[in-house]
Amino acid sequence: MTWANVVIQGILLGGLYALFATGLALVFGVMRMVNLAHGDLGILAAFVALFIVQSLGLPLGWATALTIAIMFLVGYALQRGLLNFTLGTDDTRPIVVTFGLSIIIQNALIMKFSADSQGLDAGRIENISIKVSEQLSVGWFPLIVFVIAIAVIAALEVFLARARLGRAFRATSDDREAAELMGINNRHIYSLAMAIALAIVAVAGILLAVRTTFDPTQGSFRLIYAFEAVIMGGMGSMWGTLAGGIILGVAQTVGTQAFGAGWGLVVGHLVFLTVLAVRPSGFLAKTVTA
Amino acid sequence: MSGGSSERAVVLELKDVDVFYGDFQALFNVSFRVEEGMTFAFIGANGGGKSTLLRTIAGLQRPASGQVLFRGEPVDALAAHKRVGLGIALVPEGRRVFPSLTVYENLIIGAYGGRKGDWNIESVAELFPLLKPLMKRQASSLSGGEQQALAIGRALMSNPELLLLDEVSLGLAPVVIKRIYEAMVQLVGSGHTILVVEQDVGHVLTVADRVACFLEGRISLEGKPGDLTSEAITAAYFGM
Repeated sequence: MTWANVVIQGILLGGLYALFATGLALVFGVMRMVNLAHGDLGILAAFVALFIVQSLGLPLGWATALTIAIMFLVGYALQRGLLNFTLGTDDTRPIVVTFGLSIIIQNALIMKFSADSQGLDAGRIENISIKVSEQLSVGWFPLIVFVIAIAVIAALEVFLARARLGRAFRATSDDREAAELMGINNRHIYSLAMAIALAIVAVAGILLAVRTTFDPTQGSFRLIYAFEAVIMGGMGSMWGTLAGGIILGVAQTVGTQAFGAGWGLVVGHLVFLTVLAVRPSGFLAKTVTA
Repeated sequence: MSGGSSERAVVLELKDVDVFYGDFQALFNVSFRVEEGMTFAFIGANGGGKSTLLRTIAGLQRPASGQVLFRGEPVDALAAHKRVGLGIALVPEGRRVFPSLTVYENLIIGAYGGRKGDWNIESVAELFPLLKPLMKRQASSLSGGEQQALAIGRALMSNPELLLLDEVSLGLAPVVIKRIYEAMVQLVGSGHTILVVEQDVGHVLTVADRVACFLEGRISLEGKPGDLTSEAITAAYFGM
């Protein structure tokens, strides 16, 4: 593989990382809540899609649409019925509760589906590619994943900037109590934010499940990559999250190419730690000043 | 503690309200009435419970006992966002505009509660012309006076019946304070009822129809400004 190919594969992989991280960034941006179950919820979505395909016999496209809708509702109910009660003066409460949720999801998935690796079949699209030159080809599926990531982030940015509800998200993020004085129901806003976050992570989970095999324990790794992408990009910035995902993806593929299999993840983490040390606020952090 | 004539409808009534922050009692047995079209001023030193009073009326603080009645209906069980829909708007201490939103977006978000009425971007800009050229600016970049005008304009966008103003002159230049007090007179003239909390006694007495002094969570004095001597106000203010 040429270095150009390595970098391009890394950029495309970064799109998937960014997609996983976007929901995490949204939830943190709106309610300053760290959701440690985010990765597991993405994997849960992949299993929901797998269940729909295998048990109901629906094609993957329909299963994806259904899973996104289910995860949206799960997100709303989860926030409204549980996580809203953890928010307040003690920041450790949502961390502890979502950590517990992460363990519950992992074990429930193992009980239902076993610890075996699974995969979702998207058909021919997984194996075809665009041949740019003799040494450089780009897979259609990774390219589609990257385009979806950009489209989702762009749509979210437009929503936050232009939509009435998007403005309410930003106002709540700026000052929760002042937003309530405008007639905004914070509990509803938080629940909608979580619903959107889980709809997005459902897309990410399904795309991951098509791209590679997955099992119930993979959520933790996805969470770490998502955190690294969000922090490198800058908290609160959706485009920053994409940039963070791309940096992480390129670092991993370059690390693998340079030092061999297994080193990619190490190089990815080292790059993250370097960014954290040099620029702790990330590349495109949106700072809020009163 | 009620006062004034009985000709005008009562917009707000508090009956024996006690408010606590944990074990600390901030308000003790507070009772008063506010009639329609009135400017009711609360004065008192820092920590006297004035801001807690407005937060309680707006729904940000729940009373441990007693009742808050708006238009004769108890609103104690209603969350703050629902009280906005009834026509109660609070301009909080420190302005608390949304820093990452533009001036225009701050005003638009003020109408989120959806109450219909005469207030809109144009009428707010007419009341505070200084906001007109600032519409695209981020609220965080405004001066204190501009932010205060924005905070009042934002509250008006919800078309309130009852406007609660918490320390609106704090830290502002005299010329800005003068403009804000002129606006208050205009608002009362257009039918709004105002509850204003101030430490600046001199200014607030010029616009108030009724004044109450708060001392350590209790109303220590209440009456019409013309009926109260400066000695009585000083005594009630400082607890002498």
